[in-house]
Amino acid sequence: MSFQPIKFYQTGTFTVGNRLLNPENRSVQSHQDRSNAINSGHRACQGCGEALGARYALDAAMEATGSQLIAANATGCLEVFTTPYPESSWQLPWMHSLFGNAAAVATGIAAALKAKGRNGVRVVAQGGDGGTTDIGFACLSGMFERNDDVLYICYDNEAYMNTGVQRSSATPPAARTTTTMPVGLSPGNVFGQGKFVPAIAMAHEIPYVATATVADLHDLEAKVKRAMEFRGARYIHIFVPCPLGWGTASHDTIRIARLAHETGMFPVFEAEHGELISSLPIRRQLPVEEYLKPQKRFAHLFGAKPNLEVIARIQARADRNIQKYGLLQTEVA
Amino acid sequence: MDKPFAITLDLGSSLANHTGSWRTSKPVYLDRLPPCNAGCPAGENIQGWLFHAESGDYEQAWRVLTVDNPFPAIMGRVCYHPCESVCNRGKLDSAVGINSVERFLGDEAIKRGWKFDAPAASSGKKVLVVGAGPSGLSAAYHLARSGHSVEIHEAGPLTGGMMRFGIPKYRLPRDVLDAEVQRILNLGVMLKLNTKVANIEDSMRAGNFDAAFLAVGAHIGKRAFIPAGDAARIVDAVSVLRSMEGEDKPMLGRRVVVYGGGNTAIDVARTAKRLGATETIIVYRRTREKMPAHDSEVEEALQEGIMIKWLSTIKQAEEGSLTVEKMKLDDKGFPQPTGEFESIAADSLVLALGQDVDLSLLQGVSGLEIKDGTVQVGSNMMTGHKGIFAGGDMVPSERTVTAGVGHGKKAARHIDSWLLGTTYQSAAKHEPVSFDMLNPWYYTGAPKTMSPMLDVIRRQTSFDEVQGGLDESNALFEARRCLSCGNCFECDNCYGVCPDSAVIKLGPGKRFKFNYDYCKGCGMCVSECPCGAIKMIPEDI
Repeated sequence: MSFQPIKFYQTGTFTVGNRLLNPENRSVQSHQDRSNAINSGHRACQGCGEALGARYALDAAMEATGSQLIAANATGCLEVFTTPYPESSWQLPWMHSLFGNAAAVATGIAAALKAKGRNGVRVVAQGGDGGTTDIGFACLSGMFERNDDVLYICYDNEAYMNTGVQRSSATPPAARTTTTMPVGLSPGNVFGQGKFVPAIAMAHEIPYVATATVADLHDLEAKVKRAMEFRGARYIHIFVPCPLGWGTASHDTIRIARLAHETGMFPVFEAEHGELISSLPIRRQLPVEEYLKPQKRFAHLFGAKPNLEVIARIQARADRNIQKYGLLQTEVA
Repeated sequence: MDKPFAITLDLGSSLANHTGSWRTSKPVYLDRLPPCNAGCPAGENIQGWLFHAESGDYEQAWRVLTVDNPFPAIMGRVCYHPCESVCNRGKLDSAVGINSVERFLGDEAIKRGWKFDAPAASSGKKVLVVGAGPSGLSAAYHLARSGHSVEIHEAGPLTGGMMRFGIPKYRLPRDVLDAEVQRILNLGVMLKLNTKVANIEDSMRAGNFDAAFLAVGAHIGKRAFIPAGDAARIVDAVSVLRSMEGEDKPMLGRRVVVYGGGNTAIDVARTAKRLGATETIIVYRRTREKMPAHDSEVEEALQEGIMIKWLSTIKQAEEGSLTVEKMKLDDKGFPQPTGEFESIAADSLVLALGQDVDLSLLQGVSGLEIKDGTVQVGSNMMTGHKGIFAGGDMVPSERTVTAGVGHGKKAARHIDSWLLGTTYQSAAKHEPVSFDMLNPWYYTGAPKTMSPMLDVIRRQTSFDEVQGGLDESNALFEARRCLSCGNCFECDNCYGVCPDSAVIKLGPGKRFKFNYDYCKGCGMCVSECPCGAIKMIPEDI
């Protein structure tokens, strides 16, 4: 557990705030004066998980650094919907970069700050799964290897949503994208080897690696704040459902993220210097069907004749996560 | 052009882009009617007073509670809490202990000496209340707070009605009753004890009253014809319970049989046990499922060693014994005789077969309608005679303290309007909130706090109060188990989960509002609101 669970106060740890709690025990998002890193008027779709995840993460980082923060951004949805020139939604110093070099740009900003002796200003780099796990991977790995003083945040919506929902190396098996249509003998994305970048980041033995979802705000904020306590390369991978690309209702974004965690499809954990130190336990375990069914990208697995074999293989992946990251512990109070 | 190289436009903000125009439906905040409030016969705003109790502001909680009901300490003991039966938390773990928190607030008010706010400016109108039972006192309280001059005429020597002469001490200690009644009298209500109203029209004329509220209750025990020997001792339950308040305790003997299946039968059986009966048997003609007495009462009676003979009727009473016939239920659920008889030993037989209303004070009053021994009233609680209202057990009702208190409040509102020459319009009820409108994920599991119970041996031998109360820490815990169904409790979820930052937080106690310039209508706030206090409505186009 990355944070102190709130003992019973009408609601516990799960709501954004709670009028009965001391302000310091409420989330950053509950504060009237939160920095609101992404302002209203951005052009993300209704119910965008990435817009939400980015605001959650950056508001927490802004609070942790006393607003001494610069962001570098990879091309992707996040950049396009916030920054159609000359308008910007960003309420912090923010730098555009290419699709693949956000990590390198952030490294440069950090080096420049160091050269100028401005050690108090911190740097985050951010991008989607395409810009992180595929195109920007070389720069990211280099940043890790050099242990540059950057927090890299990946908002994972499991495909290239900005360009029209094409498959990325973070797309899960069997999911429909526009380049992995549900046709042929094995419809949807292939069951490949997978490419789970948090595990790769851990292999670099950088100071801090964590995963989070938009469904667990207190956990997400605690991880961002913890990351800002380290110097050196840090990596946070945030699971952000995409209503457009996944074919889910816009009001279900948080529910889908919650189901990803509760079914074991997405493990939520943190690691320091390459070692797993804690994981967020599943509160009420559910079968993967509960996660898959509300998503149109998995609709071909159901219908009149459910593809039980594929569902069983997906369940096996979830079970492996649960076992590997120890997700079944006693319930969070 | 003094812009840097390659820059041609000024930096703009996305605020220029009003994404609210994308919306086809929009979220709106609303207060919905929680099931507890809907289920309360006294019309209490339960969720409303729990809200204050949750933050530890017990005095404010008590003030909100007593807007509707002046008797929290009494109610917290004798109410059968229909609110808890319908509580949404029951679907999660177990219902919120509303009744025990209410009792805590009532006891706290007595302990700390909280007083009601002073009445509104005097209206100059005089109202006669007949009967100082729950319904009459409730009406007097509400009328007094509205500024009317109220006089209560009570036939008996003490206040409280059935709360004193029907409900035994072990359920309602008399100091609690006295304290809550006195607080009402302190509002300036005039009380005349031992004043039986012989004719209501005469009394109204004599005292120059503008209106009257009748709440004389139903205190005449029903009799059934049972062939009895000369020496058989047959008494009725109401008289037994009433005489418990006097100097001479009733003499029931060692073997007591109670005939009937209502709450009064249970009360009198438990009283007999405490008076020293070694054997107390309730004889009831149907089965436990059909018994009108409340299950918790039956359970407590059984714990105290009271025996119940189901499916039996009493055929004959002799000195020292009764003849009982066994019954069986027919297809329609009615008991039918079987012709099998048995004899049980009994020193006395107590009849608890229901109560009738003493309607003598209504002799000669025009326009009244009496049906099945009760006075008929309209939806405004007024009888067929203008200016005479009635409530409580003397009108058709479920005959509980809570229903009586509810009648008193309702009648008081209508009397108030009637005196001012207007018609009382109750505020439109909020739409109800059901469990599927909540998002229970956000509530953590918390089992109900059990109130302490007196040891069985002391229950069998004394009139000490059976049910204990909560203390401050567990009353607070219990209050916080409330899900706040349908009413915002400021958890900040809507403010936090909006991807467009289109929810404006107005500050503590002020809730939130939507910024419709930017709300895209995704509906996430509605899905993630724990308590169902937001709904989507179609956008006007």
